[in-house]
Amino acid sequence: MSSDQPRDSITDTSDPLTSTRDARMGDGVDDRFNSRLREAFGSTPFILTKFDKFMNWVRGSSMFMLQFGIACCSIEMMHTYSVKHDLDRFHAGVPRASPRQADVMIVPGTIVSKFAPRMKRVYDQMPEPKFVVNMGNCSTSGGPFQEGYNVVKGAEEVIPVDIHIPGCPPRPEALVYGVAKLQERIANGESSPVTVKPYELEEFGDLERDEIVDKLAADIDEESLVMRYNWADSP
Amino acid sequence: MSTQQEDDTPDVDDAAPATPASGSPAALEALIEDHVLEREDHLNAPGFVIRADAVQDVLSTLKTEAGFDHLSCVTAEEHEDRFESIYHLRKYDDPTQEVSIIVPTSRDNPVSETAEPVFRTADWHEREAYDLVGVEYDDHPNLERILLPDTWQGHPLGLDYNQNKPQIVTFDEHKNPLEGHEQAADDSDTMFLNIGPHHPATHGVLHVETVLDGEQVADVNPDIGYLHRCEEQMAQKGTYRHQIMPYPDRWDYGPGGILNEWAYARTAEDLADIDVPEYAQILRTMGGELCRIACHMLALGTFCLDIYGDFTAIFMYAMRDREVVQNILEDLTGQRMMLNYLRLGGVVWDIPEPRAEFFESVRDFLDELPERLDEYSDLITSNEIFQARTVNTGVLDYETAKDYGVTGPVARGSGVDYDVRRDDPYGYYPELDWDVVTEDGGDNYSRLLVRMEEVEQSARIIEQCVDLLEGWPEDERDIQANVPRTLKPEAGTETYRTVEGAKGELGVYIRADGTEKPGRFKIRSPCFSNLSALKEMSTGEYIPDLVATLGSLDVILGEVDR
Repeated sequence: MSSDQPRDSITDTSDPLTSTRDARMGDGVDDRFNSRLREAFGSTPFILTKFDKFMNWVRGSSMFMLQFGIACCSIEMMHTYSVKHDLDRFHAGVPRASPRQADVMIVPGTIVSKFAPRMKRVYDQMPEPKFVVNMGNCSTSGGPFQEGYNVVKGAEEVIPVDIHIPGCPPRPEALVYGVAKLQERIANGESSPVTVKPYELEEFGDLERDEIVDKLAADIDEESLVMRYNWADSP
Repeated sequence: MSTQQEDDTPDVDDAAPATPASGSPAALEALIEDHVLEREDHLNAPGFVIRADAVQDVLSTLKTEAGFDHLSCVTAEEHEDRFESIYHLRKYDDPTQEVSIIVPTSRDNPVSETAEPVFRTADWHEREAYDLVGVEYDDHPNLERILLPDTWQGHPLGLDYNQNKPQIVTFDEHKNPLEGHEQAADDSDTMFLNIGPHHPATHGVLHVETVLDGEQVADVNPDIGYLHRCEEQMAQKGTYRHQIMPYPDRWDYGPGGILNEWAYARTAEDLADIDVPEYAQILRTMGGELCRIACHMLALGTFCLDIYGDFTAIFMYAMRDREVVQNILEDLTGQRMMLNYLRLGGVVWDIPEPRAEFFESVRDFLDELPERLDEYSDLITSNEIFQARTVNTGVLDYETAKDYGVTGPVARGSGVDYDVRRDDPYGYYPELDWDVVTEDGGDNYSRLLVRMEEVEQSARIIEQCVDLLEGWPEDERDIQANVPRTLKPEAGTETYRTVEGAKGELGVYIRADGTEKPGRFKIRSPCFSNLSALKEMSTGEYIPDLVATLGSLDVILGEVDR
């Protein structure tokens, strides 16, 4: 589906690109940058290049963040949005309450087992192209709570991530830097080497067959299994 | 609720004459002697071991006859040979009068009677004990998991829990919460409304399941646990001296940093018998009150964000003032939010050099504060629209507040004159001149007023601390007591200590097991109890008032879920 392959008609891109994993695979320019408009311009490569650059610049310069508070980092995130640090100066300062209107999700806090499916749901509701900024150590790796029984070891277990910002919590300046880096990437049309962890269906086969697994295997329709937290194997 | 229990305890009438000396453990024992198996005193309070089927009898006797009207905390723990639930009781009038009721149950059949009919607050506390430790409570109205997902296998703070076993979360956890819930029942007019866990008005990841009748709230059920990050387990894995202290910063990240650390420091210092130098106490007091101002500013800003629904003036003003406080705290401690400033036996650093510059920045802040508060008053409390939204909404009356174990500004907004800083003195508070603020309204407006006036009181405290610190002789600036490198409190020592956090009574219970790590570390979070009263405050009100009530409760989900 790369841009130098002119096509006569639009055939298969009207599906909502919510299947995050599929959207990240494939080579060449990241599929996230595709739009139906771009497909329509596909037959004229010269204009397309210019138009692509323009669109990337637009995307990088007008980002709508999702208003998404989880834990401690969200307090620093609020400070980044408000006076003094004012993320709006970097074209990214208006948080949207609805995921349907947002481009960027900042994940500001610890993801626990109860919240992870909800977060994926919110992520899936965001329209493509969408980007994720991990704020703080918790959403990068579990941070200081990594060894907790209930803590998911990083948002990347659940959703793909573009930028990691270390810190506990990162200072507002660090968040501004991270967002600026993301904008730079988008403007250059780069896609990050996204690691997508297999959060989708996993077979029971590699689990030890004890009573819990047997019970769950009996209870759960394998079709509906989205996530498996295996504390031993997690990075 | 307790009225029906009073009839069941005729035997206490004989002991009633003993109540004048009700503070003494002997008098208490006489009150409940039929049920007491043995004495097991804690460092903070006399402890009585009672039979598992006499919980309601004993607690209602203590509540009505001896005046222990505040169930501060319920701690559950597992020992080699038994499960134990500990009910930490105290009085709203005098929290130094405490008693611990210890209810052991066998490991094979860990069932004890619920305390919920006597103290409503036991509802959530016992659910948490069931969820994390696995004690079951007979006749509990709703004994299900509260912090972990329903699909969880095992009880993680139990002794035989295997953390390496995989836990599975299914797609059902992930489905549309509204599916099939649009109407509560076939022939009713009510509607199910799902708020959260991702919602701008829930201040984090709180999930509120509401049932609406028209625009009125017919039922509301706060569903918590979306930020349960195992704080108690983390503390149990750390050594007393240094490894636990960073975690309290992350309970109430308002930032209540020093206030939270103080809860741990107070408990551990009690446990290991450490004295804190006077100079360090002043530093703690000043830092703590700065944190309280920052917390109340956040509460005020986000509350107005809920009411006015806009990222404009008031929110930004509050954030601006918080920036000033955070800069001062950063100068003092080295971090903006996660301060990690207290150490057992003192604090980590003295005031940064040059001291005059630091004091000047604090004084500048204090000088500007009255003007700022006037501005807030103009914008908020004297605003007609704001009053229409908050006066007489979310009313929590005096008795209900006590029944739910509500503390802090929320309780003081309902006329409960209770402040741990004054009633169970610690730090340098007794030496300073300040007042406890109370309001009688019990509504959202009163709670906001209490917070704003508490900011003034905190400023008074800070000013006095600065005066003291400035005049302190240079060779007497002891910031830390001499504390052994490794602390190993004697096995079996137990204590429960509280401090006044920004949201209310923040308590820590520690049982030492003879090693350098706590055997059981239990956090009593004020927000947890305050939030459990939401149902009482919101049922029958309009749905926008529910949002206002949530805002005025000022819950920090990190502290609710721990």
